[in-house]
Amino acid sequence: MNGLERIAEAFSAGGKRAALMPYLMGGYPDLAGSLAIGNAYVDGGADLIELGVPFSDPLADGPVIQGAGSAALAAGATLKGVLGVAGELAARVPVVVMCYSNVILARGIDAFVDDLDSACVSGLIVPDLPIEEAPATLAACEARGVALVSLAAPTSTDERLAEIGKLTRGFLYTVAVAGTTGERGDESGYAAVIERVRSHTAVPVALGFGISTPEQASAAADAGADGVIVGSRLVREAIEHDEPAEACRVLVERFAEALR
Amino acid sequence: MTTTGLQHRFGQYGGQYVPETLMPALAELEAAWISARNDELFQAELGRLLRDYAGRPTPLYHAERLSAVAGRKIYLKREDLVHTGAHKINNALGQALLAVRMGKRRIIAETGAGQHGVASATACALLDLECVVYMGAEDIRRQKPNVQRMELLGATVVPVEAGAKTLKEAVSEAIRDWVTNVEDSHYIIGSAVGPAPYPVIVRDLQRCIGDEARAQILEREGRLPERVIACVGGGSNAIGAFTAFVGDEGVQLVGVEAAGEGIDSGRHGAPLAAGGRPGVLHGSLSALLQTDEGQIAEAHSVSAGLDYPGSGPEHAFLRDSGRATYVAVTDGDALAAFARTAELEGIIPALEPAHAIHYVLNEPSDSQLDLICLSGRGDKDLAEVLSLLGRS
Repeated sequence: MNGLERIAEAFSAGGKRAALMPYLMGGYPDLAGSLAIGNAYVDGGADLIELGVPFSDPLADGPVIQGAGSAALAAGATLKGVLGVAGELAARVPVVVMCYSNVILARGIDAFVDDLDSACVSGLIVPDLPIEEAPATLAACEARGVALVSLAAPTSTDERLAEIGKLTRGFLYTVAVAGTTGERGDESGYAAVIERVRSHTAVPVALGFGISTPEQASAAADAGADGVIVGSRLVREAIEHDEPAEACRVLVERFAEALR
Repeated sequence: MTTTGLQHRFGQYGGQYVPETLMPALAELEAAWISARNDELFQAELGRLLRDYAGRPTPLYHAERLSAVAGRKIYLKREDLVHTGAHKINNALGQALLAVRMGKRRIIAETGAGQHGVASATACALLDLECVVYMGAEDIRRQKPNVQRMELLGATVVPVEAGAKTLKEAVSEAIRDWVTNVEDSHYIIGSAVGPAPYPVIVRDLQRCIGDEARAQILEREGRLPERVIACVGGGSNAIGAFTAFVGDEGVQLVGVEAAGEGIDSGRHGAPLAAGGRPGVLHGSLSALLQTDEGQIAEAHSVSAGLDYPGSGPEHAFLRDSGRATYVAVTDGDALAAFARTAELEGIIPALEPAHAIHYVLNEPSDSQLDLICLSGRGDKDLAEVLSLLGRS
């Protein structure tokens, strides 16, 4: 089964109203620690894992994920190390790697996607690679059966959404609010955001950015999301606890429960 | 868009590596600039402000005592004499007018040395716009007078504590603000960097430097300069000075970056001169200081305005094509040139163009006629320089 097929299966299985995709900062607090947290996500009921490759200048991220990324780099995280974590986790659930453009370019696009393939990674999200800049990366991913997941934003025009909806693979990462990653209180806009992108794509719609409570995750499912992405809230849980894996497992369970 | 729009790529460099959330705003900005650029009323209003408010054209000054030291004629393009004391006002006024035209009343800016922050705060005060300036905490420390000026002008200065607390982090925070408030805010980027169409907009607004200087030197000398020299951080004063001369084959273009503690020390701000590999920072592909893994390296320079690990994409292109040459000058040499220029000419240059002046005074050349862009004045640097020179 290739990456696209694994992702499709993860979105349809599990008996939940929506698939749960927690975000894991690779290499935070260190490589072994992030692997333990990733395994805890799966134990807690994650259907897929979004695995972040730390980057020095993450423009799309708010302070929590920035902080964890800096700490991971300070602890010596490398691309190779993070993909090692990916390989372990991919034996249990589909892994979608989130990585900024410069890290990919530094490795070389083809070599990078080869690495993903070798680590059995199913998909790739590049938050600073709009569709205009994506052709070379998309071609490399298509050739290896890795899903290049596009992002849709609340500010995207209908014209852009049509193009994004066509080009995205695996699922459509739908950004719930204009802004960076980080916890937010308001779920009132979810339905409108999801309804707007739905007509433009044939793949599952996953909602992310700001979802920070099980209630909000439930609201996202109610609003029609096929998948729910929880990032900063879980990274904060890892930051704030001495035994981050166990704390994260408990929290992921609550999110998973809310989606049943 | 590619046939009628603005240039997105300079060779392989440039592009739009930003979150999807910003892409519609970049398209809106591009359309607005194309329309404004061709609108006589807009150009007349900008021209009036540049003339009556900012003080353009700036003089081209024959620096006789510097010339005597160098053994060749040196002219200084006096951007230090423009309102707010640096070339940054050219861009800030233009983009602030553009924001008004787009109906955006909130301005975001980043600043390193504080000159672009002051210029943006000034333009916002003039046009009654809200202004939020992101500035690294380290730069706030070493450029205190400019922080006080921005606040007096009504801007909110937000300290950025991430990383090395300098320009790179300030740009990142400004972009994050813009991603969050893109509907009602315009980001006035201060240098010829960032995603398309910014490098072109900034170049269009700064090219008055070179356009004026070219006409002035032709009038004065009856010929073009043999070299045009400008300091390069992101590269806005340099692209502004170079653009008019790019088509003049006999004119050498020299960009002077910050060698910091020396290129070999690894602590510098010279991605172009040091052969930084192409990479993506702040929305565009250009020469970059980075690790093998693609993490952006911290730059270092005594001058906050050159303390940046990236470079404008058009400069990377000019370097690769051989049309321009990029060199680097250390902190110590820039400090010496700062003092020398004050002593010889009664002009206190900003630390940034002091790099360019040092290069011209000390590097041998066959040139007999040099034109240096004196991009700003050095009042802001006084406390820092005197302390570094051990005079306070």
